[in-house]
Amino acid sequence: MENNEKELAQLIQEISGLNPKKCMKCGKCSGACPAFHEMEYHPHQFVDMVDRGDVNKLLASKSIWMCLSCFACVERCPRDVKPANFIEAARLALIRQQGCNHLKDEAVPALLDDELPQQAIVSAYRKYKK
Amino acid sequence: MQRIGVFVCWCGSNIAATVDVQQVSDALAKEPGVVYSTNYQYMCSQSGQQMIQDAIKEHHLTGIVICSCSPRMHETTFRKTAAAAGINSYMVEIANIREQCSWIHKNKEEATEKAIILGRAAIAKVHLNAPLTAGESPVVKRALVIGGGIAGIQTALDIADAGFEVDIVEKKPTIGGKMAQIDKTFPTLDCAACILTPKMVDVAQNEKIHIYSYSEVESVKGFVGNFTATIKKKARYVKEDICTGCGLCTEKCPMKKVPNEFNQMLDNRTAIYIPFAQAVPKVATIDPNACMMLKNGKCGVCSKVCTAGAIDYTQKDEFIEQQYGAIVVATGFNTIKLDNFDEFAYSQSPDVVTSLEFERLMNAAGPTGGTLLRPSDHTHPHTLVFVQCVGSRDVSGCGKPYCSKICCMYTAKHAMLCREKYPDTEVYVFYIDVRTPGKNFDEFYRRAVEEYGVHYIKGMVGKVAPKNGKLMVQASDLLANDQLMIEADMVVLATAIEPDESARSIATMLTASMDTNDFFTEAHPKLRPVESPTAGIFLSGVCQGPKDIPETVSQASAAASKVIGLLVKDKLTCNPCVAESNEMMCNGCSACEKVCPYGAITYSDKEFRTPYRTTIMRRVASVNPAVCQGCGACTVACPSGAMDLKGFSTRQIMAEVDAICK
Amino acid sequence: MVYSYFPGCTLKNKASDLDMYARKSAEVLGITMEEIEEWQCCGGVYPLGANETAPKLASVRALVAAREKGQDLLTLCSACHHVLKRVNNDMAENENIRTKANNYMQLETPYSGETKVVHYLEMLRDVVGFDQLKAKVVNPLKGKKIGAYYGCLLLRPSKVLGMDNPENPTIIEDFIKAIGAVPVIYPYRNECCGGYMTMENKELAKKKSNTVLESAKENGAECVITACPLCMYNLKVNGGVDDLPVYYFTELLAEALGVK
Repeated sequence: MENNEKELAQLIQEISGLNPKKCMKCGKCSGACPAFHEMEYHPHQFVDMVDRGDVNKLLASKSIWMCLSCFACVERCPRDVKPANFIEAARLALIRQQGCNHLKDEAVPALLDDELPQQAIVSAYRKYKK
Repeated sequence: MQRIGVFVCWCGSNIAATVDVQQVSDALAKEPGVVYSTNYQYMCSQSGQQMIQDAIKEHHLTGIVICSCSPRMHETTFRKTAAAAGINSYMVEIANIREQCSWIHKNKEEATEKAIILGRAAIAKVHLNAPLTAGESPVVKRALVIGGGIAGIQTALDIADAGFEVDIVEKKPTIGGKMAQIDKTFPTLDCAACILTPKMVDVAQNEKIHIYSYSEVESVKGFVGNFTATIKKKARYVKEDICTGCGLCTEKCPMKKVPNEFNQMLDNRTAIYIPFAQAVPKVATIDPNACMMLKNGKCGVCSKVCTAGAIDYTQKDEFIEQQYGAIVVATGFNTIKLDNFDEFAYSQSPDVVTSLEFERLMNAAGPTGGTLLRPSDHTHPHTLVFVQCVGSRDVSGCGKPYCSKICCMYTAKHAMLCREKYPDTEVYVFYIDVRTPGKNFDEFYRRAVEEYGVHYIKGMVGKVAPKNGKLMVQASDLLANDQLMIEADMVVLATAIEPDESARSIATMLTASMDTNDFFTEAHPKLRPVESPTAGIFLSGVCQGPKDIPETVSQASAAASKVIGLLVKDKLTCNPCVAESNEMMCNGCSACEKVCPYGAITYSDKEFRTPYRTTIMRRVASVNPAVCQGCGACTVACPSGAMDLKGFSTRQIMAEVDAICK
Repeated sequence: MVYSYFPGCTLKNKASDLDMYARKSAEVLGITMEEIEEWQCCGGVYPLGANETAPKLASVRALVAAREKGQDLLTLCSACHHVLKRVNNDMAENENIRTKANNYMQLETPYSGETKVVHYLEMLRDVVGFDQLKAKVVNPLKGKKIGAYYGCLLLRPSKVLGMDNPENPTIIEDFIKAIGAVPVIYPYRNECCGGYMTMENKELAKKKSNTVLESAKENGAECVITACPLCMYNLKVNGGVDDLPVYYFTELLAEALGVK
């Protein structure tokens, strides 16, 4: 189990294509994040947890689905760490597994309304399932 | 045939761990001309040097090859060793088997092979070495200090104290620099003006010191001991020797809306101005971009009210040429522009200020007379948020990659002063790390927390949003794992510092090297911290790297002592490895003259005999050995092969290449 | 000036107004928008994973189509612009993605980011010029106080998007001045509206949208303009502040040019 977790963290890092060690733990990402209070783990923790290989808790948390992909953390990070990319990588590591889609097709009709733009539906498909 | 001795150094394990030193000395013993070869743990030690001297005598050596560290490190040491044993210093060659071999290789076999090749190349060169004798050049007993902040002031005072003439060139109308703008100084909280202005007066009254204020160094030629600088005295439209500094003109000047640089643009000054009360020289200056008389000939009030008759609207820039033996760079710093940091709303709210602006807002001589008021509405702020590391430690391209070093301490000072003067304020400091390595520094910071109740929060501010006259500060509190929203009245940004914008052009002028951040590079980061690698150029203060006042003053005095060490000498030994022109081969093309960075090459017409017993006039190059620095640019530019560098002749270099390729 | 134009799926449907007003205005301004043939949906979001190549191919096809015509690629929807611009940057700078995409697409000439992706606003600023635009306005929106809502996708990450200062942009404010109105600067104009989160967390989308609108209103805005259909939805449907309508910027442009 422990080995699996290390491998999973490695996988997330690979998907991100980035180096979590660049983080100097200033917390500016979490100071900028507009979804901070929706999260149990926060942007700076995403980076840290991937770095330490402590990812099971992270993947089990709803926090990873709360990122708005607004890129405020990416823009304001003084170390060019790109926390949003780590969050996305964690999602991808999950939804690429069988049966782990965050959004089920049958749930979609109930989410629609007359004005909802196609853009929202397409984005949700891309963000929540494979 | 030379009789060559080879000495292979272990450098402890620095070389010996990666290079088989025994194998190297054995292999090199077989080279032609080598009559003695050995290895030893530390060649540079006293017993190592004794070993070399004994060998010279015993084996009648004429050439020496030392396989050791870089010649930058110990070439001089070994040259002295050889000279003491009676052979010419320039018969010594160093094969760098540390920096260029053992430190950069891992495989012992390969490294050993490379060390042998490097040794062989040095042996090949020594075969062609000839004794060289160094000439001498005189030292001009006067120093130039560029920049009149606390660094330049201290350096100048110390040099003058040793009895030498010093000129300070300061581009602003007064000396004093950034320290003059600061309110209190950490960690003792004494007032900056109270400790600085007496020093400024000392400078003004010192007979050995001349201040060129409102002046810039235009060009520098020459070399260590013998520089020639051209100083541009900018027209200040006021006769410096006549102006009494009474300030009447500044009261009467009708142009009152010129942003005041001294107060960080927080208030206005007049077109004719004296930056501050204790300015040195206490002389008015007319700002040509603001003065109506200079712009369109309409006004002339200052001239009318000046009882001394000091105003001169026709004044022109003046150029002064002066000789110097040494030059000290003390160009200082500025806070960075915050264009890339608008998430902190600096450009959107006047109540978001830099730390230097905050200094002025707290200063009794500042725009608010020392009462802390919000720039927007001049009300008393109750909640203040300090943000550290704004633009420092930033590799995103928006800021500076380095730590600005002074911010942790001045922020603690600001926070403490705020709480002391206004106990009704709540003060928050957002920090990434608090760095306080200095005497009584950490104690000072802890006092801010423990005695003054400043709220230190580990985390960074993500956004500042002006809202209904307040500033909504959204920030992370990493220890509480929370995101805070603080309703603040003022936000103070601990803005990164960078070298003054003049630093790069001055470095180019002086051929002094800089790092990627435009800080001047020191000759050695530990052992020669106040000298530039360019001989005769010294570094004082923040131009070399971020530092606080105590450190700046120490470095300023250190630079002064180095300058004094140079100026006490009557003559300097020149480098004998200079260029030499073979007049028979020179075709007079001037290629060498054009590339010479020191102006050491001149051309003249000379009479030559022909084989037909006639004479012809030819234009040929000659090198002034006192000016030539031996860079070799001319030797590669010369199309006819007439230029050669003593000690590094084309034949010697080719012999080295041949030995390497053998 | 003739552009290849990438409308994107939402502009063919829910946001057809955004598209229609843009086309009408372009005509007045002497700009020809040639819709590229057989374009495919950009995917709505830029794929952030380092090894995601397939989801970028639709964008590459559009970029290649513009290159074949020798035209810049004009975009209008913020999301499409964001995706196309970033994929184009990958094709220019990321060797791994460039190689994989080109291997897959088997083009006659491999694509390496030659097309310039231009947002409609950038076209107004850099090609038409706001001064020229001002000269063509027949119906200036005199004194109307308008809050520009940038959102996230037009500005960030600024190193790739390169449209404007990401924290203190001016392009829409300058546009507002050009059509005769008064821009209202407010601090939340570049903060997120909630985005696609509306699909699963309406409450969050509502909170974020209202933060934006309230901030605009506090600073005196009479209306807010946007370039993004999803921002429009969030601000209008999830958020909603009394007497603060939200428009597409192209609608006000058409109005000012007298072609609404």
